[in-house]
Amino acid sequence: MKRIMTLAAGCLAATTALAQEEVLTVYAGDYVASEWGPGPKIEEMFEARCDCDLQFKPGELLPRLLLEGERTEADIVFGLNTDVTKRARESGLFAPHGQDLSPLTLPVEWDDEVFLPFDYSHTAFVYDSTRLDNPPESFEALLEAPDDLSIVIQDPRSSISGLALVLWVQAVYGDEAEMAWERLAPKILTVTKGWSESYGLFTDGEADMVLSYTTSPAYHAIAEGDETKKAAIFPEGHYFLVELAAKVAGTDQPELADDFLAFILSEDFQKMIATGNWSIPSALPRDQWPEGFRDLRLPEEVLFYSEEEAAARKDEAIGAWRRALSR
Amino acid sequence: MAARAVAVSGGRGQAVSRMAAALAGAGVIALTLVPVAAVLFRAGGWGQLGPGDWQALRFTLLQATLSAAFSVLLAIPVARALARRRFPGRGLLVALLGAPFILPVIVAVLGLIAVFGRSGLLNSGLEALGLPPMTIYGLHGVVIAHVFFNLPLATRLLLQGWLSLPAERFRLAASLGLTPWAMIRVLEWPMIRRIAPGAFAVIFVICLSSFAVALTLGGGPRATTVELAIYQAVRFDFDLGRAALLSVIQLGLAAVAGLVALRLGGEQGFGVGLDRRIDRWDGRTPAARAIDLVWIVAVALFLMMPLATVVWRGLPGLAALGAGTWEAAWHSVTVALGSTAICLLWALPLASRRGEVLGLAGIALSPLVLGTGLFLVLRPVVNPLSLALPVTALINALVALPFALRILRPEAEAIRADYSRLRQALGLTPLAWFRLVLLPRLRRPLGFAAGLTAALSMGDLGVIALFADPDRATLPLQVYRLMGAYRMEAAGGAALLLLGLSFAAFWMFDRGGRVNAEA
Repeated sequence: MKRIMTLAAGCLAATTALAQEEVLTVYAGDYVASEWGPGPKIEEMFEARCDCDLQFKPGELLPRLLLEGERTEADIVFGLNTDVTKRARESGLFAPHGQDLSPLTLPVEWDDEVFLPFDYSHTAFVYDSTRLDNPPESFEALLEAPDDLSIVIQDPRSSISGLALVLWVQAVYGDEAEMAWERLAPKILTVTKGWSESYGLFTDGEADMVLSYTTSPAYHAIAEGDETKKAAIFPEGHYFLVELAAKVAGTDQPELADDFLAFILSEDFQKMIATGNWSIPSALPRDQWPEGFRDLRLPEEVLFYSEEEAAARKDEAIGAWRRALSR
Repeated sequence: MAARAVAVSGGRGQAVSRMAAALAGAGVIALTLVPVAAVLFRAGGWGQLGPGDWQALRFTLLQATLSAAFSVLLAIPVARALARRRFPGRGLLVALLGAPFILPVIVAVLGLIAVFGRSGLLNSGLEALGLPPMTIYGLHGVVIAHVFFNLPLATRLLLQGWLSLPAERFRLAASLGLTPWAMIRVLEWPMIRRIAPGAFAVIFVICLSSFAVALTLGGGPRATTVELAIYQAVRFDFDLGRAALLSVIQLGLAAVAGLVALRLGGEQGFGVGLDRRIDRWDGRTPAARAIDLVWIVAVALFLMMPLATVVWRGLPGLAALGAGTWEAAWHSVTVALGSTAICLLWALPLASRRGEVLGLAGIALSPLVLGTGLFLVLRPVVNPLSLALPVTALINALVALPFALRILRPEAEAIRADYSRLRQALGLTPLAWFRLVLLPRLRRPLGFAAGLTAALSMGDLGVIALFADPDRATLPLQVYRLMGAYRMEAAGGAALLLLGLSFAAFWMFDRGGRVNAEA
């Protein structure tokens, strides 16, 4: 009986302690919080320095935040992409991050006061060097390639990488984007809803090339010791994809939120995120990247539309894609 | 009709069941219309249709019509062959017929492509024979995939129809020396006319909201469906008005399909039999045997080969499953059992003509709009994340409801019509009627419905995207997460585990309903 009492008292004390501990609520993409995502490591590392409880709430990011509006319990949003920053900014739900941006090592200029990059990559067509002997060496060569080269891509209307692809084509071919798509069309085996379906088709051997990221080969090299997966690098340039974190304006934990944003730019976080999220750290010189990343072939020319430009061109870029592939 | 009229005046028992039906119906209406209304209210009005929307609408109708028509037409000879043949492994085959239906879309698509794809088994075979390759990508690919999913369902529904034909009728037909053709016309065709329109409607409606399958196998933007436009509106453009408009269009199409099926379906029962097992005197000729054999082998190959590739690819991944996946499996089993209980309680009072049309709303409403609407409704009251699993169980029950109704209704109605005089004469209380007459006779369809619901809710992602609980993933979500993290092999293992669990749930319920039934 006495033991039970002690246990009960202990539990009570524990819950009070928990209740007093400050909670930082982070909305993150579903992949982040899973056991293979960077979430568990981020939680462990940040809790070690903040004496607080970091809680990930996975799921749809911006749709959920917009639905909740100012009543949201989120303090931080982690994992936004540039395709939604315009709308996110206009919602007025976010506060400036207040961080010094000089440590950033992005291949593009970044002076955004609200959205803080934590990692990046570029769109690229990934292939298996044991199956494809002569991968195209430029975008033009890809369009010129024989029609039996099969590629799978993602739909720009349902996937971020698919949207990045149509902006990529728009950036390379401008007014001739629709013609470029017409030339690419015979090689497009199919279009999938998201990245996972495409990548599954590629690893199953159904397609020769898949629209993915310049960082994909690093996963195979580091996690599987497989050096045969490569990204074709084109001199015309590759479209830049960046993942962002931001502080929610109505947060009840402004200091913890600021600490978290500072933590994102810290060396600890930056060294972990490469293999945690299979992307390039946003603020870490190349010589400090993990080995499989240092060896990656990366594009010299990086293409990127500002959110205003991207918003202005998005409909036209998707339209060109849709018209050319519907014929 | 006369029997029905008598039944309606049946006093207290009828009042009770009518009240239950009204309650169950109100539940369906509330769960579908309230979320749409919430989305619409939030959007502040209807949106506008975009440039590709009319084309998407046309394609959606075309593929759903073709998919449902082929599924039902092909199911007729298959079900007939299964109804009149006994062979070793028949029970297993009938049970396995439930399997394609319950696979997560992404897994099924990869399985289909492993067989019919550019470098799939079929094309390897054609190449070995020196024949030109065939491509799966196009409208025909969409239809093949939908037939893969739905032919088994149509077959089971029709097979049930065949088994509901009183054995005495076949005996009488044989003793009258009816020709096989006359037998079809007199006995089987009326049954097909009673079952097929409803099967067509439910398959048509489920194909209406197809999205990932249609896009991937359709080969590109030509294969855009309304559901994709809804997804784009909710997730990318946050245009809730447009999402609401599109989802109401989808609901309207489903309602039309349901009403047409209702008109065509008729309602005549077959008279009471002695619940004997069917012996067929026809079909003993070698030609009939050969035809049945061809159908059975063809459908078994068509359905089993993609499943076999899922199993084959999943085996190496089984070893890579982490604790998280097993935990997710446990959550999925809990959700599935919860959904099954809810769904059956919902379906029993609704097993009537009107109830069935109403039930279609559950699969006609876009899961995204449903999820968004529920989120908006629940959000001011509770934290939706803490309700992730109960909400998923409820939504899965709603989605499975039309299938349960399709399975239960023909027999429930026949029982009500055939036994209402008995009920009147004996003055059975509602409970006695339920326990002594309805339940024992409904056991087979109930088992089938429970199995299908359990399997469906094990495999369905439903609305989890907005209601994702960090600590309580379900197995389908886990498959997507693994794939998203490049772990294709582990994802294959998790998919196999999902297939195994779904199938086990399906088999146990279905078998439970078929004890002593020789079906």
